[in-house]
Amino acid sequence: MSHDHSLNPKTMPEDPSKATMEGKHKFLGLWFFLGGETVLFACFFGTYLALRNSTAGGPTSQDLFGLDLVFLMTVLLLTSSLTSVYAIYHMKNNDFKKMMLWLGITALLGIGFLACEIYEFAHYIHDYGFTFRSSAFGSAFYTLVGFHGGHVIFGLSWLITLMVRNAKRGLNLYNAPKFNTFALYWHFIDVVWVFIFTVVYLMGMVS
Amino acid sequence: MTENTSTNKINSYQKEKNREEMRKQIITFALMIFFTMIAFFAVAMGISSMFVIPLILILAIVQVGFQFYYFMHMKDKGHEFPALLIFGGIWVTFLVGVTFVTIIWW
Amino acid sequence: MSNAATQKRAFSAVLWDYLTTVDHKKVGILYLMGGGFFFLLGGLEALIIRIQLIKPENDFITAGLYNEMITMHGTTMIFLAATPLLFGLMNYIMPLQIGARDVAFPFLNALGFWLFFSGGILLNCSWFLGGAPDAGWTAYAPLSIQSPGHGTDFYVMGLQLSGAGTLMSGINFLVTIVAMRAPGMTYMRMPLFTWTTFVTSVLTLFAFPALTVGLFLLMFDRMFGSAFFDVALGGNSVIWQHLFWIFGHPEVYILILPVFGVFSEVLPTFSKKRLFGYSAMVFATFLIAFLGFMVWAHHMFTVGLGPVANSIFAVATMAIAVPTGIKIFNWLFTMWGGSIVINSAMLWALAFIPSFTIGGMTGVMLGSNVADYQYHDSYFVVAHFHYVIVGGVVFGLFAACHYWWPKMFGRILHEGMGKLAFWTFFIGFHLTFFIQHFLGLMGMPRRYWVFLENQGLDTGNLISTIGAFFMTIGTIVFLINIVYTAVKGEKAPADPWDARTLEWTIPSPPPFYNFKQMPLVRGLDPLWIEKTEGNGKMTPAEPLDEIHMPNGSILPLIMTAGFFIASFGFIYQTDHKAWLIALYAGMAIAIGCMVIRSLKDDLGFHISKEELEREAD
Ligand code: HEM
Ligand SMILES: [Cu+2]
Repeated sequence: MSHDHSLNPKTMPEDPSKATMEGKHKFLGLWFFLGGETVLFACFFGTYLALRNSTAGGPTSQDLFGLDLVFLMTVLLLTSSLTSVYAIYHMKNNDFKKMMLWLGITALLGIGFLACEIYEFAHYIHDYGFTFRSSAFGSAFYTLVGFHGGHVIFGLSWLITLMVRNAKRGLNLYNAPKFNTFALYWHFIDVVWVFIFTVVYLMGMVS
Repeated sequence: MTENTSTNKINSYQKEKNREEMRKQIITFALMIFFTMIAFFAVAMGISSMFVIPLILILAIVQVGFQFYYFMHMKDKGHEFPALLIFGGIWVTFLVGVTFVTIIWW
Repeated sequence: MSNAATQKRAFSAVLWDYLTTVDHKKVGILYLMGGGFFFLLGGLEALIIRIQLIKPENDFITAGLYNEMITMHGTTMIFLAATPLLFGLMNYIMPLQIGARDVAFPFLNALGFWLFFSGGILLNCSWFLGGAPDAGWTAYAPLSIQSPGHGTDFYVMGLQLSGAGTLMSGINFLVTIVAMRAPGMTYMRMPLFTWTTFVTSVLTLFAFPALTVGLFLLMFDRMFGSAFFDVALGGNSVIWQHLFWIFGHPEVYILILPVFGVFSEVLPTFSKKRLFGYSAMVFATFLIAFLGFMVWAHHMFTVGLGPVANSIFAVATMAIAVPTGIKIFNWLFTMWGGSIVINSAMLWALAFIPSFTIGGMTGVMLGSNVADYQYHDSYFVVAHFHYVIVGGVVFGLFAACHYWWPKMFGRILHEGMGKLAFWTFFIGFHLTFFIQHFLGLMGMPRRYWVFLENQGLDTGNLISTIGAFFMTIGTIVFLINIVYTAVKGEKAPADPWDARTLEWTIPSPPPFYNFKQMPLVRGLDPLWIEKTEGNGKMTPAEPLDEIHMPNGSILPLIMTAGFFIASFGFIYQTDHKAWLIALYAGMAIAIGCMVIRSLKDDLGFHISKEELEREAD
C-alpha cells in the first residue's frame, strides 16, 4: 500500500495521475475549483466591461494598447500550454526526464510572459501616467489583468516547487497527480488569457 | 516471463495510443495559433467593429473549447462532473456578462 | 500524581487533538461550536436592537451604535452562524450517509474551518478597535466607501477569510460525494440531506467567488485608492449591488437547501414512511438552485434597472415558488397516513411547514416588482426574510440538533426541555415577526434608529420586542438542555429513532474510522431495507482489512494565523506604513505553511486488521 516506490513499465498504470484515490480526488477537486474560478473571472470581466469607458479624461484603451506586445504574450502563453501537454504526455509514457524538461520549458515561457506583462504595466505607468488610481477604467484594467498575472505567478511558484521537490525522486503514484493538477491549472490560466486578449485588448483597440 | 512480455505489449500499445493523442494535440495547437492570428489580423486591418467584435469573440470561444476538450481532456471519459461544473460556471459567466454590459448604466 | 494534574493533562491533550484534527466529525463539531458561539452573539445583538425599538424615541443605544448593531447582527447571523452551523452538520453527517470514512480533502477541511473561525474573530475584533462596521450587512457602496474608521475594513477582511473557508468546504463536499460513495450507493439512492449538501456545495462554488470579487473591489477602493465605486473617476456603485446579490441570493438558498434536506430526513423517520416523491424532491432541489441564480436583481427593483430587467427578474423570482411548493406538498404527503411520532425534532419540522410557507408567500409578494416599490426597505421585508431564515433555517437547525445529537454525542437530548424550548421559541418567533408585516405595511422603514410616537407603531414594536425575549428564553432552555444532556443525558444506542439511513448503522458516536467495513447499499433507505428483510444490519461489501487514515496537522491553524495577522496589516497600513510589516510577516507565515505542506509527504497511517478485530462492534 505504500506510495513511495517508483514506477516501472510493469507497475505503470494507464494514467498514473488517476491511479490512486488521492489522485482522483485531486483531479476532481481541481476541476471543480476551476468552475469557481470561472465565476471569479466572470465578475472581474463584468466589472471591466462596465467600466472600460470610464476613463475620467485619462488615457483610453485606444491610446494605450499595442498589438505586437500582446501578440507576443499570447504566443508565449499558448505555447506554454502546449509544452505542458508535452510534459503530461511524457508522464503517461513514464519518461521522467523528458517530463521535467518540458516542464522547465513551460516555466521559462511563463516567466517570459510575466516579464512582458511587467514591462507593459511599467510602460503605461511611466509613459502615460496611467495607474490603478487614474480612473475607474484604470482600476478595472489593472485588477483584471493583474489577477490573471497573479495566477501566473502562483502557477509558476507551484511548478517550481514541484520540480525542485521531485527532481531526485522520479515519477511515482504520489506525485503524478500533483503534476497533472498543475497542468490543468496552467491550461486554465491560458483560457482566461484568451478572453483577456480578446475582450480587453482586441476589443479595446476596436471600439 | 510470458506475463512480462504481455505487459510490455500493452505498454507499447499504450505508447502508440499516447502518440496518436499527442498528434491531435499538436493539430489543436496549430489551430489555436491560427485563430489567434486571424483575430489579431482582423483587428489590425481595421474592419468595422460591428463585424470584428462578434468574429473575435467566436474565435475566442472556439479556441477555449479546444483548450478544454483537447488540452484539458474534457472529451475523455470520467469528465462528466468536471464538464457539468465548468458549464455551470459558463452559465453564470453568461448571466454576469449580459448584466454588466446592459444594466449597469441603464 | 494528583487527580487535577491528570485531568489537566487530559484537557490539553483533547485541546491539541482538536487543534490538529482533520477528522470530519471533529471538524464538524468545531463548526457547530464556532457557529453556535456566533449564533449567541448575533442573538445578543438582535436583543439589543429590539430593546432599542421597544418604545418610541428610545435612547437605549446611540444611533451610531445602532447602525453597528444591525450590521453586525446581519453579518454574524448569515456568515458566521447559519452558514457554519449548516456546514458543521454537513461535515459530520454527509460522509456517514454515503458510507465514507472521511471527506476527500481532510486537510483542507480543517483549513476551511479555521479560516471561517478566524474571519469571525477578526470581524468581531472591530468592536474593541474603534467600532464595528456600520454600513449594513449588505455594505452598499458608496455608504461603505464613505464609512469612517476601520469598521468596514474589518468587514471586508473578515468576510474574505471566512468566505475562502466556505468555498473550500464546498469543493470538498462535492468531491466527497462524487468519489467516495460506498458500493451500491448510486446517486438516486443518496439520502436527501446528502443531495442538498451536494446542490448547496454547487451553489457555494458559484456564488462565493462573486462575493470574493466584490470584497476585493471594496478593499481596493478603501485601502488602495482605486476608483471602482468612485463616481468622480467614472466608477459605478451599482456594480457592488450586483456582485453582492449575485452572491447574496444564492446564499439564501445555500442556507435553506440543507435544512430542506434535514426535514426530508426527519419527517420520513418519524412518520415511519419513505419520503414521498423522492425523485421529485431531488429534481426540485436542482430547479431551485438553477432558478436561484437568475433572480438576484429582485433585491434591486428600486435601483432603477428599467421595466424590462425588472420584469424578467420578477418572473424568474416567482417561478421559484413552484419547486418550493412541490417540496411542501411532498412533505405533507410523506406524513399522510404515516404513524407519526411527535417529539422535539418532529415539532420543529411540523412548525417549519406553515412558518416557512408564510415566508415564501411574502416572498412572492415582494417578487412582484411593482408592489415591491412599496415594500422595499420596510419592515415587511424584515418580516419576510425572518420567516424564511428563522422559520426555515433556524427551525431546521434545531430539528437537526435533536435528530442527530445522539449520533454526534452519544446522548439523547432531554425531551421535556426540548419541547419547552420549542414552544417558547415558536411562540416568540411569531410574536416577534408576524406583527412586523403590518408595521412594514404601515410604513415603518427598516434600519431606522428610532420611530415616532402616535403613528400606530408603538404597540406593534412592543409586541415584537416581547417576542424576542421569548425566543431568548427558548434558546437558554436549549443551552441548559445541552449541559444537562452532557452530564445526565440518556445514552444513545446506534439507532435510537428506528431510522432509515446509513449513519444509524454505526455506533453513536461513531469510531474515528466510521465504518469498519464498507456497507453494501441495496437501495434507497438502506438500513430500512435491511430491517424490513429481517437482517437488521448492513451486509459488508468488503472483507475486514486495514484502513488508511489521514494524519492530523497543526498547519491549518498556523496558516490561518498567518492570514489573520496579514489582515491586520492590510487594515492598518492605511494609517501607518509600518503595518506593512504585519502584512508581509503574516503572508510569509501562511505561504511558509503552504510550502511545508507541499514539501512534506503526508501519506497518512493505517489501522491494522488486528486492531479492528479487537474492537467490539
Ligand atoms: C419563494 C421564495 C422567495 C421569494 C420569492 C423571495 C423574494 C424576495 C424578495 C423579492 C426580496 C427583496 C425585498 C426587498 O428588499 O424589497 C427578498 C429579500 C430577502 N430574502 Fe427572500 N425570497 C424567497 C425566499 C427566501 C429564502 C428561502 C430566504 C433565506 C433562507 C430568503 C432571504 C431573504 C433575505 C435575507 C432578504 C433580505 C435581504 C436584505 O435586503 O437584507 N428569501 N426576498
Ligand atoms: Cu433574493
